[in-house]
Amino acid sequence: MTVHNLYIFDRNGTCLHYSEWNRKKQAGISKEEEFKLMYGMLFSIRSFVSKMSPLDMKDGFLSFQTSRYKLHYYETPTGIRLVMNTDLSVPNCRETLQQIYSTLYVDLIVKNPLCVLGESLQSELFNSKLDSFIRALPFFSVRAA
Amino acid sequence: MSRQSNRATDSKKMNSELFTLTYGALVTQLCKDYENDEEVNKQLDKMGYNIGVRLIEDFLARSSVGRCHDFRETADVIAKIAFKMYLGITPSVTNWSPAGDEFSLILESNPLVDFVELPDNHSNLVYSNLLCGVLRGALEMVQMAVDVRFTQDTLRGDNVTEIRMKFIKRIEENLPAGDE
Repeated sequence: MTVHNLYIFDRNGTCLHYSEWNRKKQAGISKEEEFKLMYGMLFSIRSFVSKMSPLDMKDGFLSFQTSRYKLHYYETPTGIRLVMNTDLSVPNCRETLQQIYSTLYVDLIVKNPLCVLGESLQSELFNSKLDSFIRALPFFSVRAA
Repeated sequence: MSRQSNRATDSKKMNSELFTLTYGALVTQLCKDYENDEEVNKQLDKMGYNIGVRLIEDFLARSSVGRCHDFRETADVIAKIAFKMYLGITPSVTNWSPAGDEFSLILESNPLVDFVELPDNHSNLVYSNLLCGVLRGALEMVQMAVDVRFTQDTLRGDNVTEIRMKFIKRIEENLPAGDE
């Protein structure tokens, strides 16, 4: 079990934060392009899911997986989007992502008046807290990567 | 400065008198800095807006309320959860317009004005106008454009304080420019 990487987007598609842990293969394009590609895909899946839903949509789309990785998605009503890629054995991460939002993003970024919202995050404290949070997750294990 | 302790403060009560006096000092200073009441009202609204756009994230993180399905639900969440959480009061939701796009929040008491009397030369001052800005800013972040204003105020001799909220439109999300 392992965590590969994590993206945080805002409602305008700006990538606020990116960090990676056990990512063996890079996309081969610049990070900016990768963020755009990722956001574009999320945007499309989101609108696809809501159009195709036979019932009133509640939480929207939660995750998808391929044969090699699983992408977990969490979106707040304010349009903050958290995306975490893990390997296949990791169970539903909704709560984990929710926790990153409520205890790390809101406390360290939103409540810090010096952090400008809507720009990529420069907070050292946030980066280090996030890193230790992810490393402390029960399914974070470098050995298995 | 342990940031981890932030969660622990949730249960603690903040001294409401200190809060009321701080707000009073803020309004007083604005009255000194600006020539007329309209300008002060505008500044209060602007400050409130800036608070609102951040406060909504804190609200969502703490309350785990999801997206509302209609404006009536929004009204209930604002009155019963948000006001309770941040001001310790529960205004009542009334006076719905027939179209359901406009309602009033009636505040029996307003903690911001506990020690306040409006002097005669500030008859146009909307003392608690910050609240309008907060509501407008917070709702804008959840894709709702609203118009918020005070229609009754105990400071002006009304029996209750009334905040009127009008739904203007849903803010649609667009793909950022440059993407296909």
